[in-house]
Amino acid sequence: MLTGGLALSAKEIRMEYRDRQTRQELVAIERMDLDIPEGQFVTIVGPSGCGKSTFAKIVNGLLPATHGTVEVRKAANGRDHAMVFQDSSLFPWYSVLSNVAYGLVCQGVSKKEAQERAMPLIRLVGLDGFEQKYPYQLSGGMQQRANLARALTVDPELLIMDEPFAALDAQTRELMQAELLRIWNASNKTVLFITHQIDEAIFLSDRVVVMSARPGRIIADIAIDLPRPRELRVKRTPEFVAYEEKIWNLISIQLTSVGGRTGEAA
Amino acid sequence: MTATATMRPVRNPDARRHRTRPGRWFRRHERVVLGSVGVIGLLLIWEIGSRMGLIEDFFFSRPTSIVAAGIKEVQIPRFWNDVRVSGFEFATGYIGAVVLAIPIGLIFGWYRRVSYMADPWLNLLNSLPRVALLPLIALWIGIGIESKIAVVFLGAFFSVVIPTVQGVRTVDRRFLDVAHSFGASQRRLFTSVVLPGTVPFVVTGLRLGIGRGLIGVVVGELYAQTDGLGVIISRASSNLQPDRMFFAILIFTFTGIVGVESLRRVERYFQRWRPVREER
Repeated sequence: MLTGGLALSAKEIRMEYRDRQTRQELVAIERMDLDIPEGQFVTIVGPSGCGKSTFAKIVNGLLPATHGTVEVRKAANGRDHAMVFQDSSLFPWYSVLSNVAYGLVCQGVSKKEAQERAMPLIRLVGLDGFEQKYPYQLSGGMQQRANLARALTVDPELLIMDEPFAALDAQTRELMQAELLRIWNASNKTVLFITHQIDEAIFLSDRVVVMSARPGRIIADIAIDLPRPRELRVKRTPEFVAYEEKIWNLISIQLTSVGGRTGEAA
Repeated sequence: MTATATMRPVRNPDARRHRTRPGRWFRRHERVVLGSVGVIGLLLIWEIGSRMGLIEDFFFSRPTSIVAAGIKEVQIPRFWNDVRVSGFEFATGYIGAVVLAIPIGLIFGWYRRVSYMADPWLNLLNSLPRVALLPLIALWIGIGIESKIAVVFLGAFFSVVIPTVQGVRTVDRRFLDVAHSFGASQRRLFTSVVLPGTVPFVVTGLRLGIGRGLIGVVVGELYAQTDGLGVIISRASSNLQPDRMFFAILIFTFTGIVGVESLRRVERYFQRWRPVREER
């Protein structure tokens, strides 16, 4: 049972897997303990290959952890958790509307009702007028808006976002960060966000969790004490830059300690 | 570096062409125009060569004779009977093959272990030239219409099954993850992810199957001469009537073209979610 006020509690998560080519046992995640109170926006940053995406998949139930438990707050109605995937995870054969309604349809809601309930979220993410388009007709940023709407439609207690803006160009990414905060303010979900962009992590979060290089574990858990609502301008304030430097230092030690080997596997 | 340096305008070599009005018209209809020129040109060479005695018309006939033979042929009641028989053989064998091949392909593709068991047989039977089985089939079910249906069936069945299996197996992992993450049921997983991803493969198979099925009809009828267009070909051959042969061959060709073209339309309908790929 989750104790009061927690949306997510992951305890002693360990993840091992067997490399198919080298037939070696690898440890992707050494140990992760993470509690997220309801309504908090928490971001995990870490060097590539540290297991942060793996952790997101474990929380989402897509991968079984080798060891440990994940508890997610039971939703009164709606799903316990929903995931916003990396780029181009919209079904290319469905219109935007069908894509956004997909989660509800999976729960057995009739297609018509699902689409009716999807419309407000399409409006929320700023895609009204595009609901009949196919994904290939949308820009990368718009696709990720639809992706976000698809996850929000099922009204999840916990929203998991796995590097959703990684494939976007730098300017679109900034805009989407601001948009995400606006949408988050409107929906007030608990968010677990995964990224390798330090500024993105600070800008969005209440808390930034820094992971070590593989095998991954938490090396810092930093509360971001910047006033909300935040605008992109906040990124140029001294407080923001100080956070950036602090986190970058933590990560750069990780990068040098393994002699640049971290890039070899995702 | 000095004042003598000159600037040269950059010219796109394509920009000068097609400036005139007929030039532009040609550019827009290039494909159709050149295609027609190719077809008509070759037919003209054939016709003229034959009339000038450069092409032996006793063996090769000529376009106008083929048309004339065709006009004569369609007035014979027996011809229509042959068309009906060949058409029935093809339609029955092909439709039967498709109706069985698509679900079987989906099952083999989806259940990995089932497919491991079936794979050796599929590969074996697919590599086997199916017409080689014809004598055996004739032995089992006679030389009537059934044996030809069977050959068409075999030809089309494997052409559809194999790409369908392939299609299901290559379904994108990402989309399966999305479906799982929203708690999709097995059935929904199948209809929302596996089927749409497999359609292009199935259509490819359907297209291949038309050609293979037609081969089945012709060879079957050549082998066991009872009725059908294949019989017209073989009889015209022994009577030294190349024009009649060409006419019958053209009917097969035409059937193939119509079939493939209509499938292309079906494909376009199912693939409207894909960006239209412009040819250069």
